[in-house]
Amino acid sequence: MDNNFFNKLTSDQPSDGSRRSFMKQAGGIVGLALAPPFVAQADRLTAFSKTVAGVSPMQLKVNGTVRTIQAEPRVTLLDALREHLHLTGTKKGCDHGQCGACTVHVNGRRIVSCLTLAVMNQGQEITTIEGLARGSELHPLQEAFIKHDAFQCGYCTSGQIMSGVACVQEGHATTDHQAREWMSGNICRCGAYPNILAAVREVAGQQAKG
Amino acid sequence: MTDSPAFEPSKGGVVGQPVNRVDGHAKVTGQAQYAAEYLLPNLTYAALKTSSIAKGRLKSIDTAAALREPGVLAVFTHENLPKMAQTPNTLAGKYAIYGMHMAFMPLTGNEIFYSAQPVAVVVADTFERATQAAALVQVTYEEARPVASYQSANAEVFDPNGQGYVFDLKKVVRGNPQASLAASAVQVKATYVHPINHHNPMEPGATIAHWEAPDRVTVYDSTQAVAMAQSSLATILGLPQEQVRVVTKFIGGGFGCKFNLWPHTVLATLAAKAVGRPVKLVLTRQQMFTSLGHREDQEQTITLGARQDGKLTTLIHEKTSTTSPWDIFAEPNGAILNWLYACPNYQSSHRVARANVMTSTYMRAPGESPGSVAMECGLDELAAKLGLDPLEIRLRNYANLDPGTGQPWSSKGLKECYARGAELFGWSKRSLEPGVTRDGRLLVGWGMATASYPVRPAQGRARVRLYADGHALVQTSATDLGTGTYTVITQVAADALGLPMANVRFELGDSNLPTAPASGSSVAAATVSSSVYLAIQDVWQRLTALAVRDSQSPLFKALPADVVREQDQLVLKKNPSKREKFSALLQRQGLADIEGVGNSKSGEGYEADQIAFDNKPGTKQTKRSMYSFGVHFCEVKVDPDLGTVHVTRWVSVMDGGRILNSKTARSQIIGGSIMGIGAALMEGTNRDEQYARYTNADLAGYHVPINADIPDMQVEFIDGHDPYVNAMGVKGIGEVAMVGTVAAVANAVYHATGKRVRSFPIVPSKVLGSDAV
Ligand code: FES
Ligand code: FES
Repeated sequence: MDNNFFNKLTSDQPSDGSRRSFMKQAGGIVGLALAPPFVAQADRLTAFSKTVAGVSPMQLKVNGTVRTIQAEPRVTLLDALREHLHLTGTKKGCDHGQCGACTVHVNGRRIVSCLTLAVMNQGQEITTIEGLARGSELHPLQEAFIKHDAFQCGYCTSGQIMSGVACVQEGHATTDHQAREWMSGNICRCGAYPNILAAVREVAGQQAKG
Repeated sequence: MTDSPAFEPSKGGVVGQPVNRVDGHAKVTGQAQYAAEYLLPNLTYAALKTSSIAKGRLKSIDTAAALREPGVLAVFTHENLPKMAQTPNTLAGKYAIYGMHMAFMPLTGNEIFYSAQPVAVVVADTFERATQAAALVQVTYEEARPVASYQSANAEVFDPNGQGYVFDLKKVVRGNPQASLAASAVQVKATYVHPINHHNPMEPGATIAHWEAPDRVTVYDSTQAVAMAQSSLATILGLPQEQVRVVTKFIGGGFGCKFNLWPHTVLATLAAKAVGRPVKLVLTRQQMFTSLGHREDQEQTITLGARQDGKLTTLIHEKTSTTSPWDIFAEPNGAILNWLYACPNYQSSHRVARANVMTSTYMRAPGESPGSVAMECGLDELAAKLGLDPLEIRLRNYANLDPGTGQPWSSKGLKECYARGAELFGWSKRSLEPGVTRDGRLLVGWGMATASYPVRPAQGRARVRLYADGHALVQTSATDLGTGTYTVITQVAADALGLPMANVRFELGDSNLPTAPASGSSVAAATVSSSVYLAIQDVWQRLTALAVRDSQSPLFKALPADVVREQDQLVLKKNPSKREKFSALLQRQGLADIEGVGNSKSGEGYEADQIAFDNKPGTKQTKRSMYSFGVHFCEVKVDPDLGTVHVTRWVSVMDGGRILNSKTARSQIIGGSIMGIGAALMEGTNRDEQYARYTNADLAGYHVPINADIPDMQVEFIDGHDPYVNAMGVKGIGEVAMVGTVAAVANAVYHATGKRVRSFPIVPSKVLGSDAV
């Protein structure tokens, strides 16, 4: 599976499903209906399914399991997760890429799932908050969130944790200043920021020590 | 009355400890279930079509194209929406519906009162189809010129003169403010202007309505108040309350906007009835700006009179704000000026203008939060004029009695808060002169402000079932907005039952459970913890009654009054070797469990006698004024060339009575402070003057603080168990957290720059521009 939409992003750009990468990808879908030259691109997008018009079967690999849904191509990855797969841990706060509540990992990188269509993510490794723990063993950042009380209402929390895990992996949590900046795509209206930072700082520190 | 609160924490007990949230695991694994996340068979999706004009009439509404879309089940407009048994569309109608805030329900007529007013509800089998079909509803309008705000040329400003809803907005006068002002040595008069603020909880308003029978409905709703929502809905639907169930197990923030029942919940419930399938309606972020109220746009003028030594003689407060076409609602900003400082002469008054907006509502510390801007910035201006330190002027005006009533305080640890906060912050090193402290090229400023919020009267009930196997189930219909209710109540119950927390399960968020007050006005922790505590006293009383009549019990024939509890045992006071575990007693009695109920009152109406199962009865108490207090200290750094303001240090020290969990309490104070930093520096919704429509109604246009805006914050509590407020001695902290925060930031900006920005938010253009003096 060619994954060059993500590979095009250089490492110091946030690969957070920015509007620009969304437009590129959405262009592929529109292209399918409009112009033959785009068919090859659309093919690339449909690794598992050949059909993307009307309600069609789509296969999504989420948390290691391939699952088939019947959905229209306009269904976002976020709505596919929440409404079709009932993986409601991923939250919708704005549906416009403005809040980060819907952050998931696609092939290990963080994106906002409201700005990408489900159909475009066939054949990708999608990880949601439900897939972060190993069995009953929480991810260290999940543990750190509990310990540092890095949430109140919990509605932004899935997105914060998915973002935080990626932030540490990206090497963007080596200083407090940097971690604050790179965690700023995730809004927490309850205002848990200092505690979120404490949790991210702790896990970044652990990983630095190895 | 005893001088200690009815609740006595057990030695080494969990109450007050910084234990992790009991719902933490559910929240970090995505398992916590919010209103829109119930998987029901045959679920359908609703989407709203909203008006593109702010004032006028619907000329036509054509639903044919929408109905032709695949998967569309129904389109409701004012012509075919099922009738309500009671609409709130008159003031009398609204008052008939307990818990209804706005005297208007969309889709009940063809008149348009505000921009983005719902005009149609589309129900379809998927979210995408409902959304698409809503866009295809064709509406034409007869448009009229709207009023955008109290500031508009066509606005009519009037004195509501006591007609206010919830807050009566009467003019209040104490002493002789005009004469004392004229006679005062120093005077300061300042006007502060505030834009609309929106709560913007991260979870949008959401409802799933499921009619389980033609006359019985369960509504999963994102509400702060399941019992009140149940009552409102029952009246609107014409059903007995028992046939309406409201469920909110988790709520993604509220901050006041999910306190009352709003139209979208009603529309979803009616639509579900009509289509005969469960309906899910989730507001879009854009619709969040026009569906659940807001903090009104307002300006407030404070006039302070003082003696040369800084002692206040006069406080006069005038507020002008925007209200809706139907309601007269305004936050009572002037109220806090009546109790915060010892000042003999006081006056507050309100003026409002109707505009084409929905009714504004409670937002975190309604009244006290913006009111404290006038008081605390005004006092800062006075201190500057007199050359006094801002903390010193507050100490000189410290109120040892409630100046509004002359009553003693139930408790007041404000002096301790000041002292500890100043110490933590290093306040004594502050330069008196503004605009002189630098960090490189950045200007550094230190500001502070006092916080206070009343203990509002409330009551609630709880039920506790104690099982012989050593586990307990605790139930009330409270909600946990993220404030920690799940956790702190589990702590209290574990302590009072003598059980480990893991053995206690606390269930909330369901109107089938004993009625708790709405989570708002900082009453939840106080009232719910007290009712649970009292329900547990009831359990112990019942157990005692069983024991003294049980010939096999070591407590046989003891007087119930001689029996006390130690951990999970009943013990004879005079002879502690006579004791028995509750589990042994229940097992011998052949009882699997035993239940107790509790009804608690908090605030005014709480009678501190006859509370605890093993507490001495007391005597009638004198009336006391009940408030939480605190102080916030803030450091900002201002870029003199760009006008950007960054908060770099923060210290809050609070007196909220008994703190049930120092970890979750700290989070609440941090959260309130951050909301204040937002209101001070970046938040504001703009309404277009011509169209009376919001121009920045999303999270890209409405800026809330993000991680990069916030420094590490230090929070401490003055442990002030208050015996007069409720059985637990809890005063509440959710709202007081925000009071004073906006002023602390604004005062720090003044100290950094020497300029007073009196119009919020303090954005760079104002720091640089002519708005400042
Ligand atoms: S829901 Fe995707 S960024 Fe807000
Ligand atoms: S925890 Fe409520 S929004 Fe972050």
